[in-house]
Amino acid sequence: MDNVKRTTLFEIHQSLNAKMEPFAGYEMPIVYSSIIEEHQAVRQRVGVFDVSHMGEILVQGPDAGSFVDFVFSNEAQSKPPGKVVYGMFLTEQGTVVDDLLVYKESDTSYFLVVNASNAQKDFAWLLAHTDGFEVVVTDLSMNYSQIAIQGPLAEVTMLEVFDLDLSELGFYQFTKMKVHQCEFIVSRTGYTGEDGFELYGDHLAIRDVFSTLISAHVTPCGLGARDTLRFEAALPLYGHEISDEITPLEAGLKMFVRFDKPDFIGKKALEAQMEAGVTRKVVGIELYEKAIPRQGYPVFMGEKEVGIITTGYLSITLSRPIAMALVTRDAFLRQTEIAVAIRNKRIKGFVRDKKFLDKNYKK
Amino acid sequence: MMSKVVEGLYYAQSHEWVKVIDGHTALIGISDFAQSQLGTVVFVDLPEVGTKIDKESEFGAVESVKAASDLISPVSGKVLEVNDDLIGEPERVNQDAYEAWLIKVEIDDLADLDDLLSAEDYLNSIQ
Repeated sequence: MDNVKRTTLFEIHQSLNAKMEPFAGYEMPIVYSSIIEEHQAVRQRVGVFDVSHMGEILVQGPDAGSFVDFVFSNEAQSKPPGKVVYGMFLTEQGTVVDDLLVYKESDTSYFLVVNASNAQKDFAWLLAHTDGFEVVVTDLSMNYSQIAIQGPLAEVTMLEVFDLDLSELGFYQFTKMKVHQCEFIVSRTGYTGEDGFELYGDHLAIRDVFSTLISAHVTPCGLGARDTLRFEAALPLYGHEISDEITPLEAGLKMFVRFDKPDFIGKKALEAQMEAGVTRKVVGIELYEKAIPRQGYPVFMGEKEVGIITTGYLSITLSRPIAMALVTRDAFLRQTEIAVAIRNKRIKGFVRDKKFLDKNYKK
Repeated sequence: MMSKVVEGLYYAQSHEWVKVIDGHTALIGISDFAQSQLGTVVFVDLPEVGTKIDKESEFGAVESVKAASDLISPVSGKVLEVNDDLIGEPERVNQDAYEAWLIKVEIDDLADLDDLLSAEDYLNSIQ
């Protein structure tokens, strides 16, 4: 592996005996103790993740708001400063370039948080669409480290460990705060289906906060648990439930597409798809017997292949085999009997909703 | 961390072990090295009793949260028994990979064992 980058927390991960693997160009902690223990720590208590590989892009200028809303599926311009909005960048064909969070700092400044694996592509794509907009787009990925503190005890942990009272910070809101004299962006966001916060700051400051949390016995959690957690909450992952071959309508993310905006990239294609109806979509699947439906396994109805697993696990919280799958119209309806091909077997199951568990957000 | 091996077993390069218990009857499991690479085992997918298994062919899988690892049979033969204890407690494979056998088989031809590694050679191959 050439030029694999390390986050500012690399040495701490090593000292915690993390299993490190390359992910999106970074050597990232996959697991410290066990994925199951880390997953349960977040569902029941609190855990902390290094997500410094994520990309940060700043959009500023008089046209920042109209530019963001032109390249973004959701709507950020009319929101008050301090609001975080989830949505996607789309291609002209309506498929997904990336999914991201937009932090509205002011009418002329927006902070965009994008997937690590797409950060360079996103930055180039944004620059390619600035014609006619008075904006400056800056890639700040190298300036920021990021950690996520997630779990039902996240709020009380921030209060006890840092004397930071975040009880007034609403879901999908952010603020700037000082911890140990350093400034951070703190948002009530996450990727686990639990309450929690994401902190952005300079490298040394994030290292200090992360170490303090570890000393306070907050469980360090790797990307392994991050995936099992986001999956149970049915949150999409780029390259699985969304990609440049899948539209938000197919992925079941219509609520993050604002068709009432005058224009945005991909609007025409999505309107046409709405009109025609989608021919495939992401559904939930549950198997009757214990087996593990994994990404790429085909889904069958009788002898007809009707789809493919996008993510699946033996759910840690539910102890049942569940999955998300991209299926054709044959398998849109709940309770449709299907089978997943797992090695040389066909394991029977059924189509279900994606509400695998109740999300525990503080709203 | 040093991986454990047990003397007297036969090891495959694909990390399964064979323990001959009586004549042609043997137990098959995975090595301590294999379980440590895999992480916590959450599911074992084993063949049914009576299934014919072929040397160097897949006969099931051991799965962690993140990945499925195919089981490759070190010998040809017939499945006599599967370790039912692992259905409810697959993590036994992590606790003691040499106690937690997967299947009991009747080996067709004991000459299959000649192609397998001794404990010492296996240990050298993974270091």
